Amino acid sequence: MTAGITPDAEVIGERGEHLYFALRNPKVVIGLTVVTALLLLGVFGPFFVSADPNEYIGPKSTAPSGEYWLGTTYFGQDVFAQFVHGLRSSYVVGGLGGGIAFVIGLSVGFTAGYRGGIVDELLNMLTNVVLVLPALAVLIVISSYLEVRGVIAQGIIIGLFSWPWVARAVRAQSLTLRNRDYVDLARLTGKRAPQIILKEIMPNMASYLLMTVILLFGGAILFAAMLDFIGLGPTDAVSLGTMMQQSMAWSSLHLGLWWWFVPPGMAITAIVGSLYITNVGLDEVFNPKLREM
Amino acid sequence: MALRVEDLRVHYRTMRGDVRALDGVSFELEDGEIMGLAGESGCGKTTLGKSLIRLDERMRHVGGTAVLDALELPIGDDRAMNRRRYTDVSIIPQYSMSALNPTRKIGKLTADLLRAKGRSYRQLRPELVRRLELVGLSEKVLDNYPIELSGGMKQRVVMVLSTLLDPSLLIADEVTSALDVSNQKAVAETLVRFRDLGFVKSMIVVTHDLSLVYQIADTIMIMYAGQVVEKAPAETIVGSPRHPYTQALIGALPEVGLEYGDKRLKSIPGRPPQLLNPPSGCRFRERCPLADRRCAEDPPVVRIADDHVASCWKVTN
Amino acid sequence: MGRYFRRKLLLYGITFFIAVTINFAIPRLMPGDPVSRMLSRHSVANPESSQALRTYFENLFGFDVPLWQQYLNYWTALLQGDLGVSIYAFPASVSSVVMDALPYTLALLLPSIILSWFVGNGLGAMAARNKWLDNTLLPIGYLFTAVPYMWLAILLAWLGGIILGWFPVAAGYSLALTPTLSWTFVLNLIHHWFLPFLSLFVVALGGWAIGMRNLVIYELESDYSNYLRSLGAPQRLVRRYAFRNAMLPQISGLALQLGVVVGGALVTEVVFAYPGLGSLMLNAINSQDFFLLQGILLFIVIGVLVFNFLADVVYVLVDPRTRLGLEGGQS
Repeated sequence: MTAGITPDAEVIGERGEHLYFALRNPKVVIGLTVVTALLLLGVFGPFFVSADPNEYIGPKSTAPSGEYWLGTTYFGQDVFAQFVHGLRSSYVVGGLGGGIAFVIGLSVGFTAGYRGGIVDELLNMLTNVVLVLPALAVLIVISSYLEVRGVIAQGIIIGLFSWPWVARAVRAQSLTLRNRDYVDLARLTGKRAPQIILKEIMPNMASYLLMTVILLFGGAILFAAMLDFIGLGPTDAVSLGTMMQQSMAWSSLHLGLWWWFVPPGMAITAIVGSLYITNVGLDEVFNPKLREM
Repeated sequence: MALRVEDLRVHYRTMRGDVRALDGVSFELEDGEIMGLAGESGCGKTTLGKSLIRLDERMRHVGGTAVLDALELPIGDDRAMNRRRYTDVSIIPQYSMSALNPTRKIGKLTADLLRAKGRSYRQLRPELVRRLELVGLSEKVLDNYPIELSGGMKQRVVMVLSTLLDPSLLIADEVTSALDVSNQKAVAETLVRFRDLGFVKSMIVVTHDLSLVYQIADTIMIMYAGQVVEKAPAETIVGSPRHPYTQALIGALPEVGLEYGDKRLKSIPGRPPQLLNPPSGCRFRERCPLADRRCAEDPPVVRIADDHVASCWKVTN
Repeated sequence: MGRYFRRKLLLYGITFFIAVTINFAIPRLMPGDPVSRMLSRHSVANPESSQALRTYFENLFGFDVPLWQQYLNYWTALLQGDLGVSIYAFPASVSSVVMDALPYTLALLLPSIILSWFVGNGLGAMAARNKWLDNTLLPIGYLFTAVPYMWLAILLAWLGGIILGWFPVAAGYSLALTPTLSWTFVLNLIHHWFLPFLSLFVVALGGWAIGMRNLVIYELESDYSNYLRSLGAPQRLVRRYAFRNAMLPQISGLALQLGVVVGGALVTEVVFAYPGLGSLMLNAINSQDFFLLQGILLFIVIGVLVFNFLADVVYVLVDPRTRLGLEGGQS
């Protein structure tokens, strides 16, 4: 028997309980607030600025002012307009790349862990191979061959190379869950593998999977920013990474146009950092041991 | 008298308030006594075991005393308690399989531990080897990493290591739950042998397996919802229990030698009360077939014989 | 132990094989004709010389034979160390161009990886025992791990190079100097090296510190720690064990993080125009020099695999479980 005293589950349902603690955990609240605020800015901001963020609208190289909140670029483009469009791209890439990586990682991990045997050996080998490959370098080579690059394509190729972490973790988890009583019971009652995985194993990993999605999302945003910065960003859109690339390309460092390169990097740091902090908070919510008394 | 526990209260701190895991536990343990401690999950038996050696971070000592060898155990004071641990009170934990540092050789680990307790490994080594051989292990295990040993071997190493300094009180916490039947029996017999050889003076064997503890224990204490309901010699508990809860618990056991068909196993309907705000009066009354209005008041402790006590309104001497 | 290394070597072998195959396949699978793109870069007006150049490039790619033979030829050339000719630095060979840039990248990577690992682990272990330090270190650590490599590099260049003017913000050494083994030149190298190094070091630091902190806390809550405490072992001993055991996953983490750090080095070099593989890669992209690009990728893959193997060796030396466990214990 473990510590044995578990009155919590009786008082409120488990799910309700998690929500209850999540909404009272400062890390979760602060993290989600920042992420949501920037998301809203990225979703709705573009409607309030010019549709083309690359349009030359004003005086060149002016510092932030009431008219141009984040100043203008060397060419007289509105940095704020680029910023909100860039935010939107970042969220799209993060969601798409993270989502694809999650789905692949989940399928590979569950199949390997649940099937075992030769299937496991092969999938595990594949996972380890992709894990060892230096992802950014591979992404750079692939992207450089694409003549037309879009945000969607970028999200997809990032997703294709960032799933191994998930697969490894999910495999390990489902290996331990596989032998639990309730899974045996489900198997005895003739449920089929996908059903067992969806109905019996997944719910027991839900908290863990949620945290994985968050990390993948942040990881994909960082990846995209690096690709964009090397000049392999979307050819048809503005992103936070291309903003930094452009500002470097037109020597904003030497010209002192700090408003051009500070906001995009700060936004990425804020998004990814807040996601990490949210994750730490969620960990405390899901593991009562970590909750502060 | 090896151990006297009086009105011990230990609470678990949770976000919603204190859970009264131990709510006024009193009992005595004679020198040389092996006491089985049984009850359903959550009755407080593990908490009691932990309280006598080491409270975990969430537990708080609220009241009551435990006196071992005429010296009070400073239950709430982790630092002061350190001096009594191992030398006076020791434990064989539930998790013996993972109780040893996986990256340290067993001999080195023992040496580290003894040195930290101010003892000399070199002096104690012959005795250590003798005891290892007693449980069927060779001296060579001292040069092994835990991963090189089987589960049963690790269990025996932990048993020897825990009792090396001849503690007065040994707490064996669900030591058999992770083992198969043949190993269970061997472990149980080893515990008795350790007592007989004087490696430990007295012992509390925490278990959910009444039929196993019956074979080795002198006395059995039954707990329910953070309180003691009955304590008596093992034969009495199994043969003629007096408290309705004990009777129900014994009734739920398959009887040795009987076919299952002859006698239906009875499980106890209902579940124990939650201990956040426990009801007053007898805690078993919601599930008790004999309960009446009087049970809403706290039941008296009835001394049925010198070595037999039960807390129940329905029990008379 | 033999089995452990055999498995690892097999894994690395397969990874190398797959990386080479990807390298071979990408230009052939991608939409568009790499040869005509390379030609358009050279903007040759004269149709005759354009035709000659086309034949030359097609020979380089080896497009004139069947696919399986192209693949075999590709491997043969590769194993002879022939990665083709760089277009960007024509007529230098890809291998020589890469070899020229490699020392700069290694000079950034090795010190920043190793130092951040030691300092980060030290900080993390300290944070695990000190509430105050934990509360300051943890948020800062998460901030560092969330910073995009190039942004931190830009900020450092801006602060240390432009505002304070203490460090140069471009190139590996002053172009006025000729590379010699003199004190002036070495100091000049270090002066240029410092900011990109610092940038990589800082980003990696947070991750190690957080990882170590979490691992130590996990080890402190593990069964063996609880058992020792129950037997009255002093906190000192429990901590020592926990720290030692927490180091082990950090060693394998070192290998796994490598791919990420290499990526970071590439973009950091771009910011500082530091003449390593990152800047070379950028030049290769800008001049559509696919031979060079693929050569760099292969070098990076080989480097990562070698480093992984070294980490495996170290791991086996420090963790008895890998030495013994995989041979099967007595039971």
